[in-house]
Amino acid sequence: MGKTVTIDAEGMHYTPLNRQIREAVENGVSEVVVKGVLGQRFIGNGLRGNASIHVYGVPGGDLAMFMSGPTVIVHGNAEHAPGNTMDSGKVVIHGSAGDAVAHSMRGGKVFVRGNIGYRGGIHMKQYETQRPILVVGGSAQTFLGEYMAGGLLIVLDLDGTMKARGIGSGIHGGEIIIRGDVDDASLAAGAKKVPLTDEDRARIAPVIREFAGDFGLDPEPLVSADYTRIVPASARPFAGKYTWE
Amino acid sequence: MSNNLGSMPLRYRVTIDREQCMECERCITNCSYGVFRRDGDRILINSRKCTACHRCLAYCPRDAISLEEQPCDYRSHPVWTRQTREAIYNQARTGKIILAGMGSVADLPVIFDHLMLDASQVTTPPTDPLREPVELRTYLGKKPSQLDLRRNSNGDVELATELAPNLMLETPIMLGHMSYGAISLNAQISMARAAQETGTYMGTGEGGLHAGLYPYQDRMIVQVASGRFGVNIDYLERGAAIEIKLGQGAKPGIGGHLTGEKVSKDVSRTRMIPEGSDAISPAPHHDIYGIEDLSQLVRSIKEATEWKKPVFAKIAAVNNTAENVAAVARASVDAVVIDGFRGGTGAAPRVFRDHVGIPLEVAVASADRELCRQGLRNEVSLIACGSIRESADVAKAIALGADAVYIGTAALAAMGCRVCGNCYQGLCPWGIATQRPDLVQRLDPDVASKQVANLIHAWTMEITELMGAAGVNSIESLRGNRDRLRGYMLDENLLNVLDVKPVGA
Repeated sequence: MGKTVTIDAEGMHYTPLNRQIREAVENGVSEVVVKGVLGQRFIGNGLRGNASIHVYGVPGGDLAMFMSGPTVIVHGNAEHAPGNTMDSGKVVIHGSAGDAVAHSMRGGKVFVRGNIGYRGGIHMKQYETQRPILVVGGSAQTFLGEYMAGGLLIVLDLDGTMKARGIGSGIHGGEIIIRGDVDDASLAAGAKKVPLTDEDRARIAPVIREFAGDFGLDPEPLVSADYTRIVPASARPFAGKYTWE
Repeated sequence: MSNNLGSMPLRYRVTIDREQCMECERCITNCSYGVFRRDGDRILINSRKCTACHRCLAYCPRDAISLEEQPCDYRSHPVWTRQTREAIYNQARTGKIILAGMGSVADLPVIFDHLMLDASQVTTPPTDPLREPVELRTYLGKKPSQLDLRRNSNGDVELATELAPNLMLETPIMLGHMSYGAISLNAQISMARAAQETGTYMGTGEGGLHAGLYPYQDRMIVQVASGRFGVNIDYLERGAAIEIKLGQGAKPGIGGHLTGEKVSKDVSRTRMIPEGSDAISPAPHHDIYGIEDLSQLVRSIKEATEWKKPVFAKIAAVNNTAENVAAVARASVDAVVIDGFRGGTGAAPRVFRDHVGIPLEVAVASADRELCRQGLRNEVSLIACGSIRESADVAKAIALGADAVYIGTAALAAMGCRVCGNCYQGLCPWGIATQRPDLVQRLDPDVASKQVANLIHAWTMEITELMGAAGVNSIESLRGNRDRLRGYMLDENLLNVLDVKPVGA
C-alpha cells in the first residue's frame, strides 16, 4: 500500500497547488487526493511517475498536459484540452470536457464518460510503440479527429446525441470509431468510412472493456454494438495540392 | 500529349572549358542533381537539372566550369516578366499551388539599405574599441519594472525583487530555427557547436531535438509549433528556453508540412510522428483560438518547467504587428520574435513568400514604439529575424528597437549554402538541406562549426567597431536609439512609422 496525501485546493492558485502535487509524487506518494478544485489549470502538467491523482471539483484547462506516466481521475467535469500533448499515463473524467480534448496527444489514454466539445482528438499522433487512445462515452462536437496522425479515437454516443460534423478533416493517420452509423455528409475532406472488421472489433474490445470498467458500465453490449470506422483516405493528404517553382 | 507547352527555356546553362578540364570527374561526384555524366571519353552536361548550387564550380580543381543564368531570353516586357510567365505555364500544366524554397524573391526595396548609421566626429569623439570596452552582452527575458531592496540581518542591502529567468548572450546574434528534417543533423550540430563557442543560442525549429544535440542542449531554444512535433516534458526541460511558433515570415497565416518522403526513421523518431507520412503543422495552434489561449499555453509550458525557463513567441510581421506584439507581451511571454517578410523557409507557397507580410524594419520599429507606449517594453525582449544579411543589419535592427537577432540563411551560407532555393528537393549537395547519408556526411561539423563561429565573431567585431565609431559603449545604449539612424531616400510616412529622421536632419 502506497501513501496517500490529501490537498485542499480551495482558494489556492494553480502554481502552489501543482508544486504540492509534484512534491508529493516526488516523495513517493502513490495517491494524491485534491479536494475543492475550482478552475485551477495545469493540474498534473509535465508530471512523471505512476501516481494516481484524484481531482474533486472542476479542474481548469490543460489538465495533464505533457504528462508522462501518472493517472488523473476527475470526479466531475473538466475544461479545455485535458490530455493536451500528453505522452503517457491516463486521464479519466467522470463528467464532460471542453474543446480540444487530447489535443496532439502522443500516448496514454483519455476516457471521458460524458460529452466533449469541438476538435476532440485533434492532431493526435502515434509513432513507434506510442499510440494514444481517446474514448468518449457521450457525444463529440464538430471537427472530431481533425488532422489526426495516429492513435485510436472511439465515441460510444451512449445518449444518442452525437452531433459531430466535419469529422476527420485532414486526417492522415489513426482511426476514428463511432458507435452506430455516421452520415457521409458528416465526414470531412480526407476521411473515409470503412467497415469494422472482426479483427478491428477484437482490437478495440479490451479498450471498451477498460472504459466500461472505469465507469461501472456493462461492457458486452458495447463490445458487440455496430460501429462505423473512419480512416484516412491517404497518409499524404496534401501531396496533390502543390507543384514546385 | 498532356499539354502543348513543351519545355521551358533553360534556367541555367553549364559549360565546361574543355581546354581546362582534366576529366577528374569531381563534378560528376559532387553534383547530386545529375547534371554531369560520363559517356565514353567525354563528360556530358544536362543543364536542365542544374540549380546553380555551385557545388561543381567550388570543387572543380581547374576552374573549368562556367554557369550562365537565363541563357535564353524571353521577349522583354516590364509587366509580363519571366517569373510571371513561367508561373502561368507551370499552373496551366499542373493546376496546383506553386511552392518555392528560401525567402522572398520579390524585387522590393530593402529598408535596411536606406538607413544609414551614425558616427561621432568632433562634438562627441568616437570610442576606440581596442582600448575601451564596448559591451555586447545581451540578456533576453523580462526585466523588472522596479527593484525592491531590503536590508538583511548583517545590515547589507540585498535584492528583494524576484527576477524572471533570462538568457545571457555574449553577442546579440543567435542562430534561428531550422528544423531537423528541413536541414541535416550535421548542419544542426555545426550550428550548435558554433553557438556554444560564441556564447549564443540556437533554435531547434519545430522538428524536435535529436539525441545528437543533447550535448549542446544548454545552448538550444526548443520550439513548440502547432504540430507539437517532438514536444514532451523531456524536450521542454532540455532546452535553455522554449519558443512557441505562432507564425513565420515566409508564409504568414499558414502552416507547413514536411513531405512524407523526408520523414525517415530518424526524423520520425525525433519528431515523434509516423514514418513516411506528411508531417503537418496546422495554420493555428488548435489549442490557441484567441489571445487568452496563448496565455494559457505559455503558462502551461512554464508550469510544466517550474517557471525556470524563458518562453518566447514568434510571429510573422503583418499589418498590426505592433498590436499583436503588445498582446503577446501581455500573455506572460518573455521575448517576442518578429519574422519579417523576407524570412527564409525550406518551402513556402510562392504567392505567400512574395506577397504576404510587411518589412522587418517597420515591424520592429512599430512594435518597440507600441511596447514603450503601453509601458510593456520591459516585459519582453524583441528578437528580429528574416534576412539579416550582415552586421550592419544587426546594428540597424537593434537601433530600431530589437534586443537581438536570429540569423538563418546567413548561417547556412557560412556552411556553404549558395541560396539556390532548391531545399525542397532534399538533394542539397552541400549536405545542409538533405537527409541522404552520403550527402549529409559531406558536411563535417568540425569544419562547418568553425565557419559559422567565424561569421558570428566577424559580425560581432564589426558591430563593436560600428558602436565605437558612434561613441556607444554598450548595446543597451544602441537599442531603440533611432537618433543613431538616418533615412536616405525614404518617404516621410515611412520615416514617421520608423520614427527615424531623414539624412541631414
